[in-house]
Amino acid sequence: MQRSSEKPRQPGGPVQWLSVNAIGLFTALAIPLATFLVLYWGFFFLRDSDAPKIVIAIVAIVWGVGGVAALYLVANSLVDRLGDTWRARIQPFIFVGPAVAILLWYLAVPSLRTLWISLLDRNGVDFVGLSNYIAVFTTRNMFTAFRNNILWILFGATASVIFGLLVAILADRSRFENIAKSVIFMPMAISMVGAGVIWNMMYEVNPNVGLLNAIYTGVTGNNPVAWKAAAEIAPWNNLFLIVVMVWLQSGFAMVLFSAAIKGIPGEILEAGRVDGATEIQVFFRIMIPYIMGTIITVSTTIIIFSLKIFDVVQVMTGGQFGTQVIATQYYREYFTNQNAGFGSAIAIVLLITVIPVMIYNLRQLNDQEAF
Amino acid sequence: MATASSAKKIKKTSKLGPILINGSLLLLILIWLLPTFALLVSSFRTRFDIQTSGWWSIVPHRAWMTDRVIDPDPNWDRDGVMNIEGAQGTFEEFRNGITLDNGTRVFWIGNKRIGKVEIQAYKWTSNFNFTLENYGQVLGGKTFEVRQPDGTIKTEQADNFVGAFLNSLTVTIPSTLIPILIAAFAAYGFAWMRFSGRRVLFVMVVALLVVPLQIALVPILQDYVRLNLNGTFLGIWLAHTGFGLPLATYLLFNYIRGLPRDILESAFIDGASHFTIFVRLILPLSVPALASFAIFQFLWTWNDYLVALIFIGAKPDVQVLTMRLAEMVGSRGNDWHLLTAGAFVSMVLPLVVFFSLQRFFVRGLLAGSVKG
Repeated sequence: MQRSSEKPRQPGGPVQWLSVNAIGLFTALAIPLATFLVLYWGFFFLRDSDAPKIVIAIVAIVWGVGGVAALYLVANSLVDRLGDTWRARIQPFIFVGPAVAILLWYLAVPSLRTLWISLLDRNGVDFVGLSNYIAVFTTRNMFTAFRNNILWILFGATASVIFGLLVAILADRSRFENIAKSVIFMPMAISMVGAGVIWNMMYEVNPNVGLLNAIYTGVTGNNPVAWKAAAEIAPWNNLFLIVVMVWLQSGFAMVLFSAAIKGIPGEILEAGRVDGATEIQVFFRIMIPYIMGTIITVSTTIIIFSLKIFDVVQVMTGGQFGTQVIATQYYREYFTNQNAGFGSAIAIVLLITVIPVMIYNLRQLNDQEAF
Repeated sequence: MATASSAKKIKKTSKLGPILINGSLLLLILIWLLPTFALLVSSFRTRFDIQTSGWWSIVPHRAWMTDRVIDPDPNWDRDGVMNIEGAQGTFEEFRNGITLDNGTRVFWIGNKRIGKVEIQAYKWTSNFNFTLENYGQVLGGKTFEVRQPDGTIKTEQADNFVGAFLNSLTVTIPSTLIPILIAAFAAYGFAWMRFSGRRVLFVMVVALLVVPLQIALVPILQDYVRLNLNGTFLGIWLAHTGFGLPLATYLLFNYIRGLPRDILESAFIDGASHFTIFVRLILPLSVPALASFAIFQFLWTWNDYLVALIFIGAKPDVQVLTMRLAEMVGSRGNDWHLLTAGAFVSMVLPLVVFFSLQRFFVRGLLAGSVKG
């Protein structure tokens, strides 16, 4: 609305432009200045104030969201005061600039910086070459972490896909489809920390709290077992943590499979049945090939998820009892052991393990987009 | 409509046993619900009940219930055979309980000298002794008065989940709206504006979808320490914004690019600027996509633990719910009456959002993983 029609169509000389737009120039400077001052004051109010929590919460939300919107508005009104040529040149960068700047600061540059730190010693000072990477691949702890991540993929990702597919198919033929899907999907809304508490309770040693031990002691008469901390059954105690991921992720798989199954033309299935295929044959020979693209997308997504798994392990065992994974080792090395170089090397290794899966996934999308 | 339902009917009747299908589905539903249900029930039980009986005791079952308690007669021969309420036996036998023909059981509790004798009956029962005290203690500000089983009041330290809840809101709402706003501007710019470097920058955005956020934590933490942003709301908003932006931009780009181009062109002819078109036309038209991503980002930031752990650290006055809960797992790992209540407090809002906006969520999920 700032763009008024009386503005000169051709950019005139700067002096002439100034005399015409003196008031405009004043507002052009005063408004941004006021905006910045208010935002600046807001930052310190939020950091240092001891006002009641609810006041701080409201001020923070208004300040944060309003601030960003205000910055866009101000930037745009400034650009509107420029001539058409300059506006056309600068405006795109007001639209994409903030996003690009934040991405550079938060993802692009840090990747390079982490790569550099991974070549330095534990204090991030002396250059040590690849020795952190050698340590990553030779330390016993890291070996266990890699093995566990493989277990997460082998059992966790597979089970999530199978359960997701199973529920999608069963629900498709059931009368209470929506309820079933909502229930299986619900854990997606629960934090992994919350899920950790929920399953900690299921696995609790005290048979009055832990259902699993109540059943186990009731059936076998043995003493209760500390399931996730049972080093004597390692590495299989990892399975008790993996169950949590299956519980969380099957819903995701199910939603995608369900949509894919509904997309299978009914005639194809009918044709198969008319030709005398059994239900099992219809499933394996028609449905599975038809939704193969979705199966791959879901699998890769869940594999990435299990490679990056952190919260569940951190909350349930803290990475002890032989349950550490790459991400918890990273946290432990960097923040507990204060070894910047080693921690960064683990992060880079994590990136490298994720990249191929991600690239595959992205290529898949691009193919689909061609339609 | 009619053809669709009849087609479905054909599909269904040709299926193997609907009972089998519904039965196994029901079983899966029960398994999936069980852990959350256990948490919910336990959060309303007293500390004493949780430690002495399972949450499943709310299911009606038969158990020995105390009918009345009597004080042992000092004249009873505790080292020989005693006759209590018609039951005969030694002290050891009474310790294990002696069952009479009429279905009652005599049970000695405590030691030989100062014990009690309980007369018990085997009855149908279910434990519905619920309380809100756990929530009081978890939510309370500093201290909370707990009623002990013997009737006395004990002052315990409360867990201040209300404060953490407000912090979570303060972190989550801007962390959801800011990236959406920034991503929408960027998506519009990439989709409908011509400028040099457009392609390169967009490829960069998409390429960053690959980067796991772990890789960025350490350098950003160094910056934050230098800028004094550590433990501030602004710091964590920006972090969540940075980590959410690639996906947000990509999803919104796909959506905005798909909007009909003639809308834009006719608006241009009417003399509208890019900014006006964006605010007046594109944002309203993109509401479905914005809502889908908003729900994602909301759940993601509300449930996030790692980012909060690193950029908020140990600052107790800014701690969010997940941190508070994780800390409680460490410090009060056996106080199940509090852990369950705390966990449920942390789950309430995302569950409400999830169930009320499930449709958008599913739509976003489909768009997200089929396209990005």
